[in-house]
Amino acid sequence: MYLEIKNINKKFENFSLNNVSFELEKGDYYIILGVSGSGKSVLMEIISGLINVDSGSIILDGKDITNEKIQKRDIGILFQDFAVFPHMTVRENIAYPLKLRKINKSEINDKVLFLSTELGINHLLDKNVGLLSGGEAQRVALARTLAISPKILLLDEPLSALDIVLRNELRSLLRNLNRNGQTIIHVTHDYEEAVSLANEVAIIQKGEIIQSGKPKIVFQNPKSEFVANFSGIQNFFKAKIYYDEKDAIKKATLENGFEIAISCNEVDCEGNIIVRSENILISEERIDSSAINNFKGLIIDVFPTALGVEIIVDVGVEFYVTVTKSSSRKLDLIQGKEIWISFKATSVQFIS
Amino acid sequence: MQKFQKFHLILILLGSLVLLFIIAPLLGLFLNTSSAEIFETVKEKEVRDSIWLTIWTSMLATVGFAIIGIPLAYFLAKRKFLFRRLILGIIDIPVVIPHSAAGIAILGFISRDSALGQMAESVGINLVGHPIAISLAMAFVSVPFLINAAIDGFSSVPDRLEKVAMSLGASSAKVFFTISLPLAWRNIVSGLIMMFARGMSEFGAVVIVAYHPMITPVMIFERFGAYGLSYARPVAAIFVFICLLIFIGLRMLTKEKNVSRN
Repeated sequence: MYLEIKNINKKFENFSLNNVSFELEKGDYYIILGVSGSGKSVLMEIISGLINVDSGSIILDGKDITNEKIQKRDIGILFQDFAVFPHMTVRENIAYPLKLRKINKSEINDKVLFLSTELGINHLLDKNVGLLSGGEAQRVALARTLAISPKILLLDEPLSALDIVLRNELRSLLRNLNRNGQTIIHVTHDYEEAVSLANEVAIIQKGEIIQSGKPKIVFQNPKSEFVANFSGIQNFFKAKIYYDEKDAIKKATLENGFEIAISCNEVDCEGNIIVRSENILISEERIDSSAINNFKGLIIDVFPTALGVEIIVDVGVEFYVTVTKSSSRKLDLIQGKEIWISFKATSVQFIS
Repeated sequence: MQKFQKFHLILILLGSLVLLFIIAPLLGLFLNTSSAEIFETVKEKEVRDSIWLTIWTSMLATVGFAIIGIPLAYFLAKRKFLFRRLILGIIDIPVVIPHSAAGIAILGFISRDSALGQMAESVGINLVGHPIAISLAMAFVSVPFLINAAIDGFSSVPDRLEKVAMSLGASSAKVFFTISLPLAWRNIVSGLIMMFARGMSEFGAVVIVAYHPMITPVMIFERFGAYGLSYARPVAAIFVFICLLIFIGLRMLTKEKNVSRN
């Protein structure tokens, strides 16, 4: 393993990181996904050496760097607010780490030119950084970090301060960097970012990594409601699976006793079930179809989303249902209306 | 809207009174002093020496205490530790005590009986009445202006910039000299100017540790006591003029630097 984070613990006054462990290979794009205050930024600062750990160890490229000086770790960190030096020009910013390494002037000039060209900011070299746009400042910060040829590049919410166009540009830049072999750890609260960039992902909640692995596997098999919500799955329930002999079908009993027909291999076990909101049908009357799960309920909320309209229906438990705007208009789906929802037993996914 | 304008009028009126209160006596000082009197006073070597002494002793105090005071300000701005507030309180003490009392305290500190006095004595310097004593008295009453301004300056430098510099390979000292100090410089220069100004205008503490050689504020007091207002006024006018000239010059110089940086 290229980087091994083993049982990191760090206690603060109101917050703690508990037994954080993960590992990654050289060339990985590792994303740590979590909401604000989950400890992801602290974890970045611990890896970079800005914060010391209470216990645990960090092994980079076979070397224990847990107590190594920050200056000697060869780890670059890029912050959300760019942190470019405001009293220096773009050139001086990029050259800063090179000057510290006492590299000769012509080599510094060559490297500054190379990095600024790579990142498309060579026309800005003599500009004061105060005059740069957010995207430009981010590229300057990135060029400055890359100047030290870091073994690992740590990115702390690098895209969140940028508008959508710049975000896409920088995303593709980061992807290219990774393709060229740069190992990256990137923390974010944005699921889209994780899906589009990561080849490994970890979900952090209240200072603990609660699930990690390949993004597709993690998001298709969320082990908790928190992880499910990240990937936009709202219909996530804890359930016990049993075989109902009377109906000759397996059923999932939710915590409040509500029962849902399910098609799965497991039986007599506990786990979680998910029903994707786009797989649920809404009708004004009960419909005859292949769907076994049919429930009558009350619409308790309706709100527009990027894809259409999201309806929350209370049928004994709350289900989120996504419909198109035209369906919503056609069925006159408003708060307080009684409707039927239906979904197939095969649409219910069990996660042990 | 009507009410708003009335309120502005009141603000302008009150503000004008304050400005008048500051400007009028100074203007009176210049208007009541003839050019002949000024000319005669400038010709006096005693006056010229006194003004020069005042300038360089205050400069010495400012430079000397900048070297030891700025690192303290950096430490206080960037580190949270037990007794930090106590230390901040101690720094403000010279501002709140009577300056004559400060002079008495410093006199005890530099007299021949004290450790510092004896050390100076061993190299042939009697601190009492020495320009070094004047500088020390000036520094005592004016150093809070420098330290507080520098603390504000260092506090305004985002920790993140310092952290990034460290991650890029800068040692703590490099971070201080290449990031923190340049970014806090504007506040520090303001503090230096304020300290220098406050040192030059000090009377109470200095008159106790060194009546002679005479700094200009002491000379103004001495001439006023011995010969009256008309004899003291030309010295006062010349000194005020020089003070204003220095401070306007320094302010403009620092402003120019800030403009050229942007």
